[in-house]
Amino acid sequence: MAEQVATSNGSPNGSGEMKSKKANASTQSEMRDLRYRDAIREAIDEEMDRDDAVFVMGEEVGHYQGAYKVTQGLLDKYSDKRVIDTPIAEAGFAGVGIGAAMTGLRPIIEFMTWNFSFVAFDQIVQNAAKIYQMSGGKVKVPIVFRGPNGAARQVSSQHSHAVEAFYSNVPGLHVIAPSTPRDAKGLLKAAIRDDNPVIFLEGETIYGVKGEVPDASEDEVIEIGKGRVAREGTDVTLIAWGRPYYTALQAAEKLAEDSISVEVVDPRTLRPLDHELIKESVRKTNRAVIVHEHWHYGGPGAQIADLIQREAFDYLDAPVLRVCNLDVPMPYALNLEEQVLPTVERVIAAINKVLYRD
Amino acid sequence: MPVEQKATGQASKEELLGHYEQMYRIRRFEEEAARAYAQGKIGGFLHLYIGQEAIAVGASAVLRKEDYVFQTYRDHGTAISRGMSTKAAMAELFGKATGCANGLGGSMHFFDLENNFLGGYGIVGGHVALAAGAAFKSKYRDEDVVTICFIGEGATNIGGFHEACSLAGLWKLPLIVVVENNQYAMGTPMSRTSPVEDITKKAQGYGMAGERFDGHDVSVVKAGIGEAVERARKGEGPTLIEVLTYRFRGHSMSDPGKYRSREELEERKKRDPVALTRQRLLDQGASEDELADIEDSIEEEIAEAVKFADESEPAKMDVVLDSVLAGARAPATDWDEEGAHG
Repeated sequence: MAEQVATSNGSPNGSGEMKSKKANASTQSEMRDLRYRDAIREAIDEEMDRDDAVFVMGEEVGHYQGAYKVTQGLLDKYSDKRVIDTPIAEAGFAGVGIGAAMTGLRPIIEFMTWNFSFVAFDQIVQNAAKIYQMSGGKVKVPIVFRGPNGAARQVSSQHSHAVEAFYSNVPGLHVIAPSTPRDAKGLLKAAIRDDNPVIFLEGETIYGVKGEVPDASEDEVIEIGKGRVAREGTDVTLIAWGRPYYTALQAAEKLAEDSISVEVVDPRTLRPLDHELIKESVRKTNRAVIVHEHWHYGGPGAQIADLIQREAFDYLDAPVLRVCNLDVPMPYALNLEEQVLPTVERVIAAINKVLYRD
Repeated sequence: MPVEQKATGQASKEELLGHYEQMYRIRRFEEEAARAYAQGKIGGFLHLYIGQEAIAVGASAVLRKEDYVFQTYRDHGTAISRGMSTKAAMAELFGKATGCANGLGGSMHFFDLENNFLGGYGIVGGHVALAAGAAFKSKYRDEDVVTICFIGEGATNIGGFHEACSLAGLWKLPLIVVVENNQYAMGTPMSRTSPVEDITKKAQGYGMAGERFDGHDVSVVKAGIGEAVERARKGEGPTLIEVLTYRFRGHSMSDPGKYRSREELEERKKRDPVALTRQRLLDQGASEDELADIEDSIEEEIAEAVKFADESEPAKMDVVLDSVLAGARAPATDWDEEGAHG
């Protein structure tokens, strides 16, 4: 059973203060600097305020103020009727959430980490994802499962999973993995309002990342299934989300010194995937590298590579490469963990390879 | 909340000296681990057993070497009480090749096959069925071996616990499930996690015997668990034991423990199992010198363990690659690099 790892250790650049690039198209609205975790809290808070069908349920979400402090203050504001501490019983409270969603509520189910969702896998895959179709399109399941995803730092093999591949495989689920505070907020609001079950993957090591978020009065809701170009470039398309998104930006920055122009694409939603955006980018750059945490076999990178070879085959000047975790369970020792996770160096090596610079 | 003691369990001075030595070893090991964590030599999660030592030591005192033990992620004390060297334990925390899991498991995943300590597990409740499996094997092979599975009280609400206990009761497995009730599932008190205060009430539904006693007195623990072990050895089936205890530190190093009062903690520390055992030894005629000798030698042992861990080689990627599958080596690269396969 885990709880927060010091973000000063776990953040992508080791400072916990990394600012995201001003990647969103600038608007005339008021912008504020918010941490990723605070942006998520705002989304929950605003949606709870807007709709009394929305409630939060999970381990340590109330009195403890959230294992990662995402739900801090919500118990005081909404009482234990709507911010509900549970025993350690993921299958149970995931199922309770699904039942409540079937009957008209809009639950936000927090997993302390996605590593603990596997005991509730049956509920998510067999019930949440199936009931709408199984009922002939009669029973909707408007539920959000959310929590931190991916390796933190040295939490070893049972606590280091990035679960995109598992859940993206399942029709009937949306899978969202925001990289920036703004996207986290806007997409979570969309997820809560959506009538389908949503898997919402937060970056365990990027809770402390700061970035611009529109003023609360904007009520910005970001469409599920739409990615964005985080950095424009012409030589290669680099696709990444979550923590590796920051690894990708660092690699792009570094390669710019070598006059290599990297376009960083953040899909934001993994299911449904923004085919159009990825296709357009690769048709422009003629090369693609995908970076993600966790294993390559059947991973989201394989799906994206498949999309690219179908939609941009004639445009490709090099095979599509993927940079993923090494194909092993996560070891505890730091020197080994650092080798297993995708690094800036490995991303640069892959880009050099598709540019035939190696 | 002291409960009526079924077992009084008087230990001889010699026995008690042995228990004290082991408890003191665990205590000092973890205090030094906490220090090393603060120095950045240990990473990830570190869940300390401080305050609960009498349980591991009392249980180990009634087990034979061939008996199996499973524990949660709060596993240092149990592993050491089963005979793991403090060097192998500390080196694991330091992420070194000489650690009990070659530096691959870390604090939460100690393993010691030589002493049939079959692991510390990070997913709550998931290991109860594994322990039932080990007990199943003993029955299948008609071996005179029992299995103890330690869990926290928070784990008694998860499906894994329920299913494993159902099977153990159904098949009369030689299993003892010991719930170390330290009152808090991370930051949540039992009143908000369990519909019943007395966890052993669940035993009846599983066809298990139930026992409940305080965990600060090593002799009481030993006697209580001893009865259950005897039942299991005689083929009379599994027991669900609830031991009432308290952890003096946070859930892990990053837990400030705001959910309980300083007064509560101080009150509990008055029943520190290590201090209590020491006092009992003095009452039974042990001399200060005798105890100081034990303590000094452990001081030395722990200092050596830290030095050993410090000076050991870092964990090795070769071991990672060779331990994904038995008999096959994993590729040293990801999918796209030369030599990789799917």
